[in-house]
Amino acid sequence: MTPPRSALNLAAAIRNGEASAVEVLDDYLAVIDADDGEIHAFNLVTRDAARAQATAIDQRVASGEDPGLLAGVPVALKDNLCTRGVPTTCSSRILDGWRPPYDATVVTRLREAGAVMVGKTNMDEFAMGSSTESSAFGPTRNPHDTSRVPGGSSGGSAAAVAAGFAPVALGSDTGGSIRQPAALCGVVGMKPTYGTVSRYGLVAFASSLDQIGPLTTTVADAALVFDVIGGHDPADSTSLDRPAPRVLSVLDEGIQGMTVGVLTEFLEDADADVVARTRQAAEACVAAGARVEEISVPEVRLGLSAYYLIAPAEASSNLARYDGVRFGLRVDAEDTTAMNTATRSVGFGAEVKRRIMLGTYALSAGYMDAYYGQALRVRTKIIEGFARAYRRCDVLLGPTTPSTAFSIGAKVGDPMTMYLSDVCTIPTNLAGHPAISIPFGSGDDGLPVGVQLLAPALAENTLLRAAAVIEAAAASMGGSRS
Amino acid sequence: MVDTPRLTREDVAHVAGLARLHLSDEELDLFTGQLAVVLDHAADVALLDLADVPPTAHAMAVTNVLRPDTPGLTVDRAEVLAAAPSVEDHRFRVPRILGEAP
Amino acid sequence: MTDGWVMVIGLEVHCELKTTTKLFCGCPNMFGNEPNTNVCPVCLGLPGSLPVLNQKAVELAMAIGTALNCDIRPSTFHRKNYFYPDQAKDYQISQYDEPINVDGWLELPDGFRVGIERAHMEEDTGKTTHVGATGRIHGADYSLVDYNRSGVPLVEIVSDPDLRTSAQARAYVTELRSVLVATGASDGKMEEGSMRVDANVSVRRSADDPFGTRCEIKNLNSVRSVGRAIDYEAGRQIALIESGDRVMQQTRHWDEDAGRTVTLRSKEDAYDYRYFLEPDLVPLVPDADWKAAVADALGMMPAQRRARLADLLSDAGSITDARTEQVATVVDLGLDDLVVEAIAGGIPTALALARTANEAATDPEAARQLDTGSYVALLSMEAAGTLSATQAKAVLAELLAAGGGDPSAIAREKGFEAMSDNSLSATVAQAIEGNPDEWARYCAGEDKLAQVFIGQVMKSTRGQANGKAVVTELQRLRG
Repeated sequence: MTPPRSALNLAAAIRNGEASAVEVLDDYLAVIDADDGEIHAFNLVTRDAARAQATAIDQRVASGEDPGLLAGVPVALKDNLCTRGVPTTCSSRILDGWRPPYDATVVTRLREAGAVMVGKTNMDEFAMGSSTESSAFGPTRNPHDTSRVPGGSSGGSAAAVAAGFAPVALGSDTGGSIRQPAALCGVVGMKPTYGTVSRYGLVAFASSLDQIGPLTTTVADAALVFDVIGGHDPADSTSLDRPAPRVLSVLDEGIQGMTVGVLTEFLEDADADVVARTRQAAEACVAAGARVEEISVPEVRLGLSAYYLIAPAEASSNLARYDGVRFGLRVDAEDTTAMNTATRSVGFGAEVKRRIMLGTYALSAGYMDAYYGQALRVRTKIIEGFARAYRRCDVLLGPTTPSTAFSIGAKVGDPMTMYLSDVCTIPTNLAGHPAISIPFGSGDDGLPVGVQLLAPALAENTLLRAAAVIEAAAASMGGSRS
Repeated sequence: MVDTPRLTREDVAHVAGLARLHLSDEELDLFTGQLAVVLDHAADVALLDLADVPPTAHAMAVTNVLRPDTPGLTVDRAEVLAAAPSVEDHRFRVPRILGEAP
Repeated sequence: MTDGWVMVIGLEVHCELKTTTKLFCGCPNMFGNEPNTNVCPVCLGLPGSLPVLNQKAVELAMAIGTALNCDIRPSTFHRKNYFYPDQAKDYQISQYDEPINVDGWLELPDGFRVGIERAHMEEDTGKTTHVGATGRIHGADYSLVDYNRSGVPLVEIVSDPDLRTSAQARAYVTELRSVLVATGASDGKMEEGSMRVDANVSVRRSADDPFGTRCEIKNLNSVRSVGRAIDYEAGRQIALIESGDRVMQQTRHWDEDAGRTVTLRSKEDAYDYRYFLEPDLVPLVPDADWKAAVADALGMMPAQRRARLADLLSDAGSITDARTEQVATVVDLGLDDLVVEAIAGGIPTALALARTANEAATDPEAARQLDTGSYVALLSMEAAGTLSATQAKAVLAELLAAGGGDPSAIAREKGFEAMSDNSLSATVAQAIEGNPDEWARYCAGEDKLAQVFIGQVMKSTRGQANGKAVVTELQRLRG
């Protein structure tokens, strides 16, 4: 199989008239038709709308207009991104068939850059999960081994890119939901600094943690997409008042003279083969002229506990609106309260209910300070811990997730075991920092391993330069792309 | 240091009610067990002495985000009502409401 | 108030702000439109929507805080979580432990100061219509929800429990309403729901006793019902206690027709709102320049206007209870500027005040538009004796109805010629001739009998004589 085409190359070819957006789209649709029956990356393939968009792009090229930075590039969107008139389900029964009357800001920006929306991808219900198994519409399978999970919650997006269904997908990351599936599927996945990409139109899970980011086959594509979707949005009060990023332009500047800190706590949690890949990635940094040292940030150990109080607490409130009144599923009853209860009991899956109850408990009278209040103080400690590390280091390096992809069904019985997949990713969400997972070799089982880079807030330039170095090293050692 | 009680079945039932969720007896037992395990881990957090540490609600410290008092886009009523479970007279219809708003 | 008992009252007033758009979105803040036409993803609580704070709403909240002598502080927003169909997100964005305005006070016209605990910002809900037998929530078959008003900006003003009588409570609401209108924050139309009052009422035997259990009476929408509801509720609580029962902490409603409060829910089951900091908004930190700008832009408050007029009255040495009431009237109707300008134009204080409070006030809208020059000219004519009081009132009525005009021209049109001195003397002489006994007694010192002659003169001149001029003539003749 030929190496996947990058969005950069595709867009360039389409803008030059060397390739037709419609033909590119049809190539990808053919792969989807052949393989998605088994993979189930998509909840919905928007074939006709995509063709219309691709046709329009070709017409613009023909008439000499600039079709945009992502001209004709097929993009898959996680099904928690609002797309006007197109069902947005969050892989939940409670939103099955719901058509938003508006587009998310990132969707508008992609469209204005000429991207072609190819479909909505499967996910853990309301983004709560690490395997996409809690989807109400059935799991997504890992393209590298279809008996295994693709990770979650952006499992559909990661699988779509890994399976060659689209060169670019968008996901959302609250505790690792872009990075972890990217690692398990062998693709690039990036979570930007909190506030750099608008959340307007992203169905909220945990408002102070959620961020939208790209899943791609190359680091350069991740940079390109970040440049397109990032930048201030007045519709989102938490959106930072900064201009759109320009990361792509600095990608090749290398990491000569930088200090890379290998996070010991993340290594302690990981399997031996994952640790080995991480150390190889560290060596690649040395070869590229950086200093590498081991660094300990003990505060990250508290991340899991704090996260599993903060995220469900915010989620319990964000998900209250699913009450059968204005949109989505309604299960009728004699009175409104009974209707709310019946609707939510039928409409939500077990994981969502668990987290809503956990969050409601954490916020309820008498427990607020013991749980939620304390978790917010732990967050301060984590930020301080990272700040200490970044006084010595420019970036931090570690595994993205402790193991390679596990089997479908292996962890559903024990929520706590499932939550442990996120130990390496959660601390960055709590701190609001950017991080990226880059495919780096395979585990002993032949399945993809991802290594993770972390950087301080707003240091995407540094982060992606280091990512480019690691990507090059992965390619030269045989890489994980097959 | 904060003392936290162990999660009971009654707690879970109460909280389910607050969250408008109905749980069967089996679900109540299952969830009580599962949530108790999660909260045991969360107890690490509850037991820490963090009295001098200020809470961080927002990772990025920003203030005074405002918008001008000028009209923006409203949404097409037909489109919104088309997605509604039950509509009468251009309003959202709900079954009888038992109590006054809190 | 029943002997041996005293009331303790605290009032919470919700004030709708007069902004163009809603608190967190750009939907129009308007009344009377077709249902669900002033809505968007934000105020409908659709998935993925986010709130963005309205700058004008903040300024009006700050204006209210300034007018109520509050500390304006850095503040944050919290979510108040509860399920209800008119609450689009099933949580309300409000302010909890860090509200924008705290620790103020409102001085009533009689000088009594009521403490203001806080005045915070929050969003309003949609409106539900209950369909069924009575149109009320009890016995309804189903309900219909309109979100046009969902997200309208509110300021909730919470008083300290300083009020002790229903009259005081009414005075507080009346004065607060004037202040809110004066800040530009509200149109003051209580009957339309621009201001809604919740009253917390408890009783105790003496001011030395601790506060009794209180009940909250919700959604009173007129000054009159505030007073009636409080009196009823206090009486109800007293009756309960005196019969050996205890007062249960409850939320109650005022039934205007039946004249009593009724309960729907026991407040003892205090609702668990699970307040937490709103993660979709950032803190509000008004700096000193902004606060100063808001304070500078604030016009005169009612208390200041009353004081201004009272000072003018006391300079003229003429404060009386009746005049104090006239002052309150003209300030309340926004006519005090007119009085001040008239006085500045040379009109005697008492006349300017009386004519405005009594006559101009019959059409306050027109009076507010009245050209000051015309008004001063008219009152000058009356002050000089060119027109009698009756004539002046008639000309004024004309001015108001026509929306302006030239007082002299109007007077001529109406045939209000000034009476010449000669014709006046002649008319007075006639009156004296016709009432010789009264004249004798008047000359002997019974000054009150001047009224007889004034009455006669008025009758024969069809009210066109100037009463004062008649008295002057009588005194001259008496010697």
